[in-house]
Amino acid sequence: MRAYLDYASTTPLDERVLEAMLPWLREHYANPTGIYSLCQKAKQAVEGAREKVAELVGASAQEIVFTSSGTEACNLAIKGYALANRRRGRRIVVSAVEHMAVLEACRAMESQGFSVSVAGVDEHGCVTPEKLEQALDRDTLLVAVQLANNEIGTVQEIKELAEIAHEHGAAFFCDACIANGSIPIDVEKLDVELLAISAHKMYGPKGAGALYIAKGTRVEPLLHGGGQEHGYRSGTENVPAIVGFGRACEIAAEEMEEEAERLRRMRDEMVRRVMSEVEDVRLNGHPERRLPGNANFAFAYIEGESLVLELDFAGVSVSTGSACTSPTLEPSHVLTAIGLSRAQAHGSLRVTLGRFTTQEEVEHFLSVLPGVVERLRRISPFKRGGEGYV
Amino acid sequence: MYSEILLEHFRNPRNMGRMEKPDGVGKVGNPACGDVMHIYIKVGKNSSGEEIIEDIKFETFGCAAAIGTSSMVTELAKGKTLEEAEKISKEDVAEAVGGLPPIKMHCSLLATKGLRKAIEDYRRKKGDAGEGGEDSGDSQEG
Repeated sequence: MRAYLDYASTTPLDERVLEAMLPWLREHYANPTGIYSLCQKAKQAVEGAREKVAELVGASAQEIVFTSSGTEACNLAIKGYALANRRRGRRIVVSAVEHMAVLEACRAMESQGFSVSVAGVDEHGCVTPEKLEQALDRDTLLVAVQLANNEIGTVQEIKELAEIAHEHGAAFFCDACIANGSIPIDVEKLDVELLAISAHKMYGPKGAGALYIAKGTRVEPLLHGGGQEHGYRSGTENVPAIVGFGRACEIAAEEMEEEAERLRRMRDEMVRRVMSEVEDVRLNGHPERRLPGNANFAFAYIEGESLVLELDFAGVSVSTGSACTSPTLEPSHVLTAIGLSRAQAHGSLRVTLGRFTTQEEVEHFLSVLPGVVERLRRISPFKRGGEGYV
Repeated sequence: MYSEILLEHFRNPRNMGRMEKPDGVGKVGNPACGDVMHIYIKVGKNSSGEEIIEDIKFETFGCAAAIGTSSMVTELAKGKTLEEAEKISKEDVAEAVGGLPPIKMHCSLLATKGLRKAIEDYRRKKGDAGEGGEDSGDSQEG
């Protein structure tokens, strides 16, 4: 049996999304930019998708720009906003638990004369108003805080944080890639100027993302060319992926509420059993304010990459924040930001459930986990009550 | 990413566990860096009277490469004279496990370091014990 419990990494394509995409891969190949009927048909498909995407996040269609990925949407938001508004300030404030797409995009702006300040988080991964205030100054032009964290699932109080940013005269960018489709989003209520989302985290295809740019917000394009996407993003539209993205948003709008409840119940029970069946394990992230399908554990005395490989041999696909799986050999910045020691961060395991997760898959995971942890602990020099492990 | 040999050693590690009353112990690595190895050895003599690694065990906290190379280094060292065992290089270990991804090469280095430290520890203890023996002899006389 194979249990896929890594939905935060990517989700399978929903069959209904695939069905919607197929005609645009097969017969309707025309370029949406042209003026003859075949092109107009493609154009309409893109615009139809734009409306569906906009509707899911409470935006109007003109405020949605399609990109090739969530990463591109984050880059466009940060770099595009900073470049277009450099007279308003030179500081960008980000939370300590942002996705690499945000952190690295900010870092890249340092060579363009911008500076970056990091707002810390509490032990649950929440950016508190106090911590944000501390990082802000009058030179801040943009604040970037994610809606939810991709590793530990913590959901931020964006509205409250955006208000603080606005009081300081800064715009607010919210990376909602991992949250979109799992929890409701309304850009009006959140009161953000920029918001990034991605199709493949919500049962759509890889290769499609979008950036919400509130009316009146100036953003410099990163890609120049034919002037597609109102000039914000040149390049021939990825029509099949955009159509799929639209369909995925439509399905999410219909099913999200019920699905979130199902996932929350299944996840809570899974967490309860992991905590009771395995010793010396902690749950990372916020106890309640977290994405419905997310669980993140730290198993003491063992290392996450070997845990992931062992679970893989046992038919379970999950992921870890251990350094041993990262190209930099650094443990997850999210886990160290919430106060885990590096050793604890090495022993982390992210288990994320989604639309196609069955109770059988969760049961399979639960049935193999204690044995796998026990086996690795037998190999480890660190034991309960022993020395040397911090 | 990993070779069949390495994965096989990861899944069925040889000589794994703690050793009771080892003659030498080598502890290397740091939990903060994600890998720690403890190598335990028992030293005996071969038919020509040379000191050999009679028994060897390991305990490892770390990734599959760390566990697999620990297992492999114990296999390579077992039965070898101390001089031969000391000469096992990180390349020897990496080659024996069928190659390692470049970023994991430090794991094979750690394994050989652990082994060398265990041998060093044995020699130091032996030296101390030699002196200690004389000391205790002296004190008995006194």
